[in-house]
Amino acid sequence: MLMFIVRRLMQTIPVIIGVTFVVFFIMQLVPGDPAVLLAGEGASKETIEAIREQLGLNRPLLVQYFDYLTSVFRGDFGVSLKNSQPVLDEILVRLPITIELAFFSILITIVLGMAAGIISAIKPYSLKDTTVMIVALLGISLPSFWFGLMLMYFFSVKLQILPVAGWDSILHVILPALTLGAGGAAIVARMTRSSMLDVIRQDYIRTARAKGVRESVIIYKHGLRNALIPVITVVGLQFGALLGGTVIVESIFAINGLGRMIVDSIRMRDLPMVQGGVLVASLVFVVVNLIVDVLYRFFNKRIELN
Amino acid sequence: MMTENNKPILEVKGLKTHFFTKRGVSKAVDGIDFNLHKGETLGIVGESGCGKSITSLSILRLIPSPPGKIAGGQVLFKGKDLVTMSEDEMRKVRGNEISMIFQEPMTSLNPVLPVGEQIAEALRMHQKMGRKAAWEKAVEMLKLVGIPSPEKRAKQEPFQLSGGMRQRVMIAMALACTPEVLIADEPTTALDVTIQAQILELIKDLQNKLGMGVIMITHDLGVVAETCDTVAVMYAGNIIEHAPTEKIFANPRHPYTQGLLDSLPKIHEDQEELQTIEGSVPSPYNMPAGCRFATRCPHQQPICHEQQPELIEQNDGVKVRCWMYTDHWTAKSVKEEAVK
Amino acid sequence: MTLEAKTEQSVVITQTMKQPKESKIKDFLSILTMNKAAMVGAIIILFYIVVALFAPLLAPYDPYEINLDNKLIPPSADHWMGTDDKGRDILSRILYGSRLSMGIGITAVIFGAFFGIILGLIAGYYGKWIDSTIMRIMDILLAFPGILLALAIISALGPGLINVTIAVGAYSIPLFARIVRGSTLEVKRLEYIDAVRSLGANDVTIIFKHILPNILSPIIVQGTLRLATVILSAAGLSFLGLGAQPPSPEWGTMLSSGRDFLFSAPYIAIFPGLAISILVLGFNIFGDGLRDAFDPRMKK
Repeated sequence: MLMFIVRRLMQTIPVIIGVTFVVFFIMQLVPGDPAVLLAGEGASKETIEAIREQLGLNRPLLVQYFDYLTSVFRGDFGVSLKNSQPVLDEILVRLPITIELAFFSILITIVLGMAAGIISAIKPYSLKDTTVMIVALLGISLPSFWFGLMLMYFFSVKLQILPVAGWDSILHVILPALTLGAGGAAIVARMTRSSMLDVIRQDYIRTARAKGVRESVIIYKHGLRNALIPVITVVGLQFGALLGGTVIVESIFAINGLGRMIVDSIRMRDLPMVQGGVLVASLVFVVVNLIVDVLYRFFNKRIELN
Repeated sequence: MMTENNKPILEVKGLKTHFFTKRGVSKAVDGIDFNLHKGETLGIVGESGCGKSITSLSILRLIPSPPGKIAGGQVLFKGKDLVTMSEDEMRKVRGNEISMIFQEPMTSLNPVLPVGEQIAEALRMHQKMGRKAAWEKAVEMLKLVGIPSPEKRAKQEPFQLSGGMRQRVMIAMALACTPEVLIADEPTTALDVTIQAQILELIKDLQNKLGMGVIMITHDLGVVAETCDTVAVMYAGNIIEHAPTEKIFANPRHPYTQGLLDSLPKIHEDQEELQTIEGSVPSPYNMPAGCRFATRCPHQQPICHEQQPELIEQNDGVKVRCWMYTDHWTAKSVKEEAVK
Repeated sequence: MTLEAKTEQSVVITQTMKQPKESKIKDFLSILTMNKAAMVGAIIILFYIVVALFAPLLAPYDPYEINLDNKLIPPSADHWMGTDDKGRDILSRILYGSRLSMGIGITAVIFGAFFGIILGLIAGYYGKWIDSTIMRIMDILLAFPGILLALAIISALGPGLINVTIAVGAYSIPLFARIVRGSTLEVKRLEYIDAVRSLGANDVTIIFKHILPNILSPIIVQGTLRLATVILSAAGLSFLGLGAQPPSPEWGTMLSSGRDFLFSAPYIAIFPGLAISILVLGFNIFGDGLRDAFDPRMKK
C-alpha cells in the first residue's frame, strides 16, 4: 500500500510539470507583444527593446519556461498586471473560499447522488426508479448557470428565504453548493444505480440469500459495499467538473473565490493572474485525483495483488 | 448408507416452476417428484437446461420472481410445505436447516468481506451467537473443512484463497448451522480434477458426521457413480428415471439414460467416434404434448408423440417415465428385453 | 478494466464482427427504435436541426432589430416569448441562436474527435513509447478541471465564437483519444488483424480499413454525449462574456443579459435556458439509447 502511494506520487510529478508547461505554453499564444503593452502607446523602439531585455523575452522559449517553472516552485507566480500585487497572495486569499464551496458541493453530490441511486436500484423499473432517473437526466442536462439563476429567482427573490449573494453565513452556502453539486449528484445517482443493479445480479448475492440473510442486510451490507467502489472514481472525476463549475457559480452568486478571480482576470486581460489561478486549480485537482486513487485502492485491495 | 425405513425428510411432490417472459411461458420444471432420506445422497443428473438447478433453487425458494414462479406442487420439509411458507419463515430455513452450495466458488463469495465474517454471519443470524462466539465457531468450521491455518485464513478475503479453498469455505458456510439437508449444485464442476476428489470426499465425510441428506446436482456421471446412493435423471423439466445408482449404471431403462451412458468414452474399447444422441432438447417455451424425448428416441412410436408417459415404479424399485415399460407398448420384444 | 470485462468486450467485438453487415444494422436499428426514450431524444435533435436550418424562414422578426418602443414586453400574442431590454423579439433570437449552438457544438466535437481519434489510433496501434508519450500528454490535458482548459485557451486567444469552438473542442481530444486507444488495443489483439497483416496489408490500411470501422460504436456514442457537454460549455463561456458577444443571439449570451432583468423580466432568462436544456437533454437521451443499442450485452 505504501509502495503504491509512493509510486503514484512519483507519477504525479511529471503530470504537474506537464500542467505548468501547458499553462505556460497557452499564455504564449496571446497575440501581441507584452513588451509593447507594457511600454504603452507611442513608445520608442529602443524602449520596447529595453523592456524586452528586461523581461527576458529574447531568450529561447524553453529557457523562459524553466525560469517560469523555478519561479513557481519558489512561490513566485508573478504580479498582477492591474495592481502589481503578487499573484500568489491574491490566490491564497481566494482559494480557501473556493475549497469551502467545493467541499459543500461535493457533500451534496455524494449524499444526494448515492441516496437517489440506492432508492432507484432497490426497485428497478418502478415508478420511484423512473422518476429518480428522469430527474437525474434533467440534472445533467440543465446548464448550471441557468439552474443557479432559477434557484436564485425562486428562493431569493420570490420566497426571500435565502440571500442573493455573498459568503458570510451558512445560508449563503446553500444555493451555490446546490447549484454546483446538483450536476454531479445526477451523475453519481446514475452510476450508483447501475453499479447496484450490476452487483445484485452477482453470484455472491445469491449465496447470501441462500444463507437466509434478510433483504435489507443484503442490500446494505453485501450489495452497497461492492457497488460503491466504482462510484469512488466517478466522484473523483466529478470533483474536476466541480472545480471548473466554480467559475460560473461564483460569478452568479458574487462569491470571492478562485473561479471568479480567473474569469475577472480574463476579462481584464490580467494574464499572470489567469495563469496562476488556472495552475493552482489544476494542482488541486491533481492532488484530489491522487487521494481518490489511493482511496479506491484501499477499498479494492484485490487490484493491489494483481 | 441409506436408511430406507426412516420417513423422508424432504418430499417433493409435483413441483412446477415456470418463467413468465415476453417470449412466452418457459416450463423449466414441470412436475418433479422425489424424496430424500436422512443420510441419503440423491444425485440429480441431466444436461444443461434440463431444470436441475432450477429444481434446487425452487426448494429454497430462490427463484427470481419476476419472471419465475413456483406454479404448483409441494415441497414438504419435516412435514411443513416450503412452497406456501411465509418469507420470514423461509429465511429461517435457508442456511440453517437446508443449505446450498454453488458451482462457482470464484464468484459465489462476497469479495469485500473476510471469509470468517461470511461464515460468522450465518451463525449470528440463525444461532443467535455473539460476535466473538460466532467468529470462533467460524474458525472451527474452517478447520473442519480442512483449511490450514484457519485463524489466519478467516481474516482473509476470498481473492486470497485458491478455488478449492473457496469451495471449502462455501461448505463451511453452508454447514455452520448443521443443516439437515445440503443441496450441492455442481460443487466440483469449476475445480481441477484432483481438487474435485478432495471436495467430494469432504462432503461425504461431513455428511456422515452430521447425518445430513445430500442432493448432488451434476452433469458428470462419474461424480454420480462416486457419491450417490440414488439417482434421478432429468430431461426437459421432468424426471425420466429414478433408481439406486448401481441399477442405473448396470441396467439403464430409459432410452435417454442409455444414450447418456453410451456416450461416455470407454477406456477398454477402441472407439473411432464418440456416441452422441441425435437431435436436440425441445424448447421450454414450446413443450410437445407427448414424451419430450420422443423425437430423439430410437424406439419412438405414435403413442410417444401423443401423450406423455407417467413416472411409474417397476417391480425392482426403478422408476421410469417411458411407454416401453407400460402395458400400452406394442413392440413386445423391447419390453421383454428390458425387464431382464 | 478487469480481465473478465476486457475479455467480454473482445468477445462482443468478435461476435459482432462475425455477423453479416445487414443483420447487424437491422438488429441495431430495431433495438434503437424500440427504445422510446431514445426516439424522443432523436426527435428533439431533429427538431433543433430543422429549426437551425430554417431559422430565417421561421423567425417572425429580425433577431437583431432594436425597437426601444417595444422593450421588455412579457410573452404575448405578438411576441410569443416576449421582447428583451432592447425590444428584440426573443423567439426570433432563440431560433437564430440554435444555429450558433448547433454549429459550435458540431464543429467543436468534430474538431476534438478528429485529432482524438488519430492520436488514439496511433497510440493504440503502435504501442510502447509512442503510446506512453501520447497518453501521458492526454493525461496532462485531462488534469485540467472542467472548463479551465477552455478558459486558459480563451484567455490567450481572446473571446469570440471561433475561439470558443477551439477551446471547447480541445478538451474533447484527450477523451476521444483515450476511448479510441482502448478500443484499438482490443481489436489489435484479435486474430483477424494478424490474418489481414499476413496477407500483406500495410499499417495505414490496417488502421483505417480494418481497425477504425470496428471501433466506430464507442466513438459515435461518445460523440453524441460530448455534443451535450460541449453545447453546455460553450453556452457557459458565452454566459461569462467570453464567447459570443452581444448582440449575438447565442443562448448563453442571452442568459447573461437576462441576468440583469431576472427580477423584473425573468422570461428573458428562462427561454434561452430552456432552449439549451432541451437540446442537451435530447443529446443525452439519444446518446444513452445509442450506447444501449450498440451493446445490448452490456445493458441492464
